Amino acid sequence: MTATAFSWNIERHDGGTVLELHGDVNSTAAAGFEAAYQQIADEPGSITIDFSDTDFISSTGIALVVSLLAKARAVHRPVIARGLTDHYREIFRITRLSDFLTIEQHAEA
Amino acid sequence: MKPFRRKSKAESIAPPAERAVVPSFSEPAEIPEHDPLMAYLLSAAGPIELDKVDLDSPALRSLREAHVVLLVPLISQGELVGTINLGRRLSDQPYSTDDRKLLAGLASQVAPAIRLAQLVAEQQAEAEERERIAHELQVAALIQQTLLPKTLPNIPGWEIDAYYRPAQAVGGDFYDFVPLEDGRYVLLIGDVTGHGVPAALVMASCRSILRSAAQQHSDPGEILATTNEALIVDIPPNMFVTCLCAVLDPQTSTLRFANAGHNLPYTSSADGVTELRATGMPLGLMPDMQYDVVDAAIEPGTAMVLSSDGLTEAHNQEREMYGFGRLRALLGHSYSDTGLLKSILSDLDEFSHGVEQEDDVTLVVVRHTSSARTSAAVFSGATELGSFELPSAPGNEREAMDRVLEMVGSVGMPSDRLQQLGSAVAEAAMNAIEHGNKNRPETPVSVSVTVNDGAVHVSIGDKGTTGVPFEAKEPDLEAKLAGLETARGWGLFLIERLVDEVITSQNDDGHVIELVMRLEATT
Repeated sequence: MTATAFSWNIERHDGGTVLELHGDVNSTAAAGFEAAYQQIADEPGSITIDFSDTDFISSTGIALVVSLLAKARAVHRPVIARGLTDHYREIFRITRLSDFLTIEQHAEA
Repeated sequence: MKPFRRKSKAESIAPPAERAVVPSFSEPAEIPEHDPLMAYLLSAAGPIELDKVDLDSPALRSLREAHVVLLVPLISQGELVGTINLGRRLSDQPYSTDDRKLLAGLASQVAPAIRLAQLVAEQQAEAEERERIAHELQVAALIQQTLLPKTLPNIPGWEIDAYYRPAQAVGGDFYDFVPLEDGRYVLLIGDVTGHGVPAALVMASCRSILRSAAQQHSDPGEILATTNEALIVDIPPNMFVTCLCAVLDPQTSTLRFANAGHNLPYTSSADGVTELRATGMPLGLMPDMQYDVVDAAIEPGTAMVLSSDGLTEAHNQEREMYGFGRLRALLGHSYSDTGLLKSILSDLDEFSHGVEQEDDVTLVVVRHTSSARTSAAVFSGATELGSFELPSAPGNEREAMDRVLEMVGSVGMPSDRLQQLGSAVAEAAMNAIEHGNKNRPETPVSVSVTVNDGAVHVSIGDKGTTGVPFEAKEPDLEAKLAGLETARGWGLFLIERLVDEVITSQNDDGHVIELVMRLEATT
């Protein structure tokens, strides 16, 4: 494992938007994460955050997800987390994020 | 051709009244296949008056002795399915032409019905037999799988993996691990001759005896000799058990083993593949057996593979055997693979693709992963695994995590706990970078890692001079989602939830946070 710079990609589907994250989701990703959200802020439907290409999420990364979730909830957009490893699923459980967003069980799903 | 497939009332039809008046009329004997009467009946056009038959036939004599005078063959599709045997008429008159016609007509209708009934009965019997065998195999599989270990030993510095795949006709393979009080482990792998319930029962009995012997003797030769003496009393004739018994001492990295006719184990390392040889007769064959005891060193970086002959004797579609050569070749280049067991199974499956598995396949892989220094330290005194410093720059917490995980990777901590420790280290390092050292790259964060008494200790120090920045209060997620609190503030909370113990302190140089993670979770 080595640190990888953050980048993102946006895919639009019927009923929502998929925000594909690449690289480390930590303090270095904050600006990019916010910019990514701004690109999809005014779009309708659900937001799926795809973590399949992410192997490091720090507590700052958790805060970025909380921030996105707060904004999405304010406009009644459901948020789905995709591609989380068992370890980060556990962290989403510890932080209770899993109570407020949907966690897809498999990266392929 | 069998003249009478199944005895049934239909095969010997005699009017009740005639039986009543001929007290000596008895059940006729079966007509043997090679008796001349058989061919005679098959070629007969209708009922046969026995006093007109001139054959040297034991069956004929026995029918006459039973007072049968008229025999009506029941033939269906060229096969004799039975006969109607008649004694004398009540009137003592010979059977008339009309009688014989009536009987011939009756026979032509009865014969196919009897044949059909016989076929149905045969199919029912075959189905019952198949069901019985399937049930027996289920019982055998249940016995075996119940007795195989549910968990594998978790020995710091060692990886142990085991696999059992039954053949359709379940065999008698087994493996087992018996922990000893002094920290050593008895490793067992065995194979009972035969299949099904008998093999499973012998396996169950042998396993119990081996476990008991392992608790009494620490010498593998004595374990096998004791087991042999106990097993030979009850083991059915023509059955025996091959078994390899090894006592692993993780602290000294040594293996002492004895072999009762089982496949030889292999060790594989950068120095090559070695067959571990020890001789001895299988268990349950002869009394008073002695077993050679051999010592081997299992140095760090060495993998040892124990297998049953279901692996090496597996065939491919060309009827070639998998063989020891192929296993050796695989071990020669895959010994350092974490998933060595899976590699062997994949190779076997590729080799025997499309061929039904003939015998149980059992594999035990033991890999020594850590250095002797680390391995010993895990069990006794503290040993420093390493230390380093990092510039206080955002994102460097990832480097802290990676370097700590690299150091800890050799001590045998399960992967889930290792990842939890990694995330906690990253959070503590980030805290030191941001809060302690205020993101000043020239002010380093120091990290040191030790292992002591079965736990990893990671100390992370910064140069902060203000109070100990540690208060792990549970964040209020609802308030954060409602925008009433900042979304941040998760780090210390996560650290506390991810490791077993957190110790904070402050000295003249700054803050130190020590994270303690035991190698194994306590329940």
